[in-house]
Amino acid sequence: MRRYPLAALLGLTFTCAYFGAALLAPLIAPYGMAEVVGDSWEPSSAQFWLGTDSIGRDLLSRMIWGGRTTIFVAACATLLSFGLGSTLGFFAAVKGGWVDQALSRMVDLMMSIPSLISALVVLSVMPVTLPVLILVMGILDSTRVFRLARAVAVDVAVMDYVEAARLRGEKQGWIIFREILPNALSPLVAEMGLRFIFAVLFISTLSFLGLGVQPPLADWGGIVKENKEGIVYGIPAALIPAFAIATLAISVNLVADWVLNRTSSLKGGRGA
Amino acid sequence: MPKDTLPSALLDIRNLKIGATAYPPGEAPKEVTLVHGVSLTVEKGKVLGLIGESGAGKSTIGLSSMAYGRGGVRITGGEVFVNGRDILQSGPGGLRALRGKEVTYVAQSAAAAFNPAKPLMEQVIETTLATGMARAEAEARAVDLFRQLGLPNPETIGKRFPHQVSGGQLQRVMTAMALCPKPDLVVFDEPTTALDVTTQIEVLAAIKRAIRETGVAALYITHDLAVVAQVADHIMVLRHGRMVEYGTCAQIIETPRQDYTRALVSVRSIDHAEKPAGSAPVLSVQNISARYKGTNFDVLKNVQVDLPAGQTLAVVGESGSGKSTLARVITGLLPATQGRITFNGRTLSPDLAGRTRDDLRELQMIYQMADVAMNPRQTVETIIGRPLEFYFGLRGAAKRQRVQDLLDQIEMGRGYADRYPAELSGGQKQRVCIARALAAQPKLIICDEVTSALDPLVADGILKLLLNLQAEAGVAYLFITHDLATVRAIADRIAVMYKGEVRRYGTKSDVLSPPYDDYTDLLLSSVPEMRLGWLEEVLAHRRMVGAGN
Repeated sequence: MRRYPLAALLGLTFTCAYFGAALLAPLIAPYGMAEVVGDSWEPSSAQFWLGTDSIGRDLLSRMIWGGRTTIFVAACATLLSFGLGSTLGFFAAVKGGWVDQALSRMVDLMMSIPSLISALVVLSVMPVTLPVLILVMGILDSTRVFRLARAVAVDVAVMDYVEAARLRGEKQGWIIFREILPNALSPLVAEMGLRFIFAVLFISTLSFLGLGVQPPLADWGGIVKENKEGIVYGIPAALIPAFAIATLAISVNLVADWVLNRTSSLKGGRGA
Repeated sequence: MPKDTLPSALLDIRNLKIGATAYPPGEAPKEVTLVHGVSLTVEKGKVLGLIGESGAGKSTIGLSSMAYGRGGVRITGGEVFVNGRDILQSGPGGLRALRGKEVTYVAQSAAAAFNPAKPLMEQVIETTLATGMARAEAEARAVDLFRQLGLPNPETIGKRFPHQVSGGQLQRVMTAMALCPKPDLVVFDEPTTALDVTTQIEVLAAIKRAIRETGVAALYITHDLAVVAQVADHIMVLRHGRMVEYGTCAQIIETPRQDYTRALVSVRSIDHAEKPAGSAPVLSVQNISARYKGTNFDVLKNVQVDLPAGQTLAVVGESGSGKSTLARVITGLLPATQGRITFNGRTLSPDLAGRTRDDLRELQMIYQMADVAMNPRQTVETIIGRPLEFYFGLRGAAKRQRVQDLLDQIEMGRGYADRYPAELSGGQKQRVCIARALAAQPKLIICDEVTSALDPLVADGILKLLLNLQAEAGVAYLFITHDLATVRAIADRIAVMYKGEVRRYGTKSDVLSPPYDDYTDLLLSSVPEMRLGWLEEVLAHRRMVGAGN
């Protein structure tokens, strides 16, 4: 068996644990998501492992259900931003000329407005549902993916093998997906880990501000919001989702690093 | 020389062993030996040429004379004496006194070795000042060296920045930098390899004169035996980190003892008889002019050449002469602003988008750098198989069989189809590129400097392969090169280009026989010949001609 580096092992363990918990939430959560089962802010006990929240719901169950929502929204938004951003980025790089100019300047325009502000504006006039959240986050984030994908692809597009493919008469599709994409993948994969984490932070921020996931649906940002008053009384309920966000961020990045190392070998990603 | 005697030579390397750690992908790191016990001596004021192909260890040995190992390379055994001192044993302080003072270094690419943000003089005298010489004295010495090296305006050239002088001048400035601290030994690492032939001869002459006038000893590292024969007193031939042969310059050139040395001496002596100019042209370039977007300068001016079917047209010229631009115009990457190209009896659309699939298939291209001409993430089978699939619709077993036939045709045989480009040698990579071009069954292949990045013996193999394929398949070549020896080996017709114009065009025998125009004469006489005293003869001849005018 190939040896995994310690950092990668650590990252894989935590990432798998979080994703596993999110997937299996209905099976492993001890109580229902919005079920009031005790007094408010009960300390941790054999019955409520992490204690209860401000209105007496089991915090562990809230964390597991909340993780499911947070990770689902962040993952969908990341996939959307990558699909959109990298396709358009590659297209701009391969086409060049006015197509590139138009797309790039549009992205510059979108990036010139802080994404939190544009998200708040859009969400305050739209109905806040999960699909809308995912769409808004995905589109806003795709500008950053576009920039990276375009920059990497511009480097690859001037290689002789891309020119050789053009001279052969290949269509844009082949050039983008068979010649450029495999050679631009490593930085994109690394960026994907990072963007996923930003998406987690973003959805948590929105929920904290009350424009993200709506109660009674749980999510990590919302749990912080619901329990923030407790901090004054020395009740750590609000810190638990913060801790979860931090560990998820670190472990996903460790995995992304490892994937990047594995795929950047010139043997077509065959090596370790 | 017995082991126990004290070294009397300036540089005395004994039984040098150099190793490094290799990190093959997918395997555990392993130790590799790059140099297996090489011994050599250089006397005061003498020049030793180190010659060999890439991977022979010549640069590594050269740098070991400064006790330096580049990029993770370690000196694992042996002794290196400079002026009687074993420098491998001297600590950091001893090395500081050695490097840049007793031993200096001239790198291959001057353009990459200079700091673009500082004027030349600052960089030339930097190490000299560090050795304790006063600034005024160092500057006077540098100006003196500029003059000796034949640089224009020696008094003021030091005020310029690296981008303001030409490549050949920059290489001479770097030589001045190396000579300025009055070293005992200079290591020249391929100082003329990156230069055009017409520039190379000037730099070579300047280096030779400077070595003679300053009385410095030198290690001259190159892969070109004809070049080293002009400057060295002794030559050591290296291969795979071992010495093959050592002798005086005359002995190595005139009576080589080892087979490998004989092969190096007789390199580029492919005999190719010119084909009769009977057949109709497969390619006819008529009155073509071209310019790059956003400029108002013609890089090609009224170029007119013909290429008969099944023959080779060599396009020769130095960098910037427009020969690669001509290839871009013919392939349609850069539409011409004026003129017409007919190919196989059809008029070609100026830009790529307007060409038919047959136009594209019958006109293939091979590149200089095979590494970047193949997608590193595709296997050999995908690379060669894609044209088969794309043009002929071959799939599955039929495609695999045809790929193997092509691999046989380029003399590579079994076991390569599943490899990635990174798992091939330089010569093999170029062969795969040739196979990819052949797969399309082209009428014309444009070869853009296809042998320039290869070692001489490997390049010879590629040229022979191309000639065989031409005889078998009747394909025509448009062969772009700056190397006249290659031209002699392969061409039926020649076009000499200079500043975007075709200066001379005709059959090989016509172009290569007098009377010449001035530029062709300069170009032809600048190609190093594999004999002693060639450089002096050419320079003397040029002086005579110059005085006569």
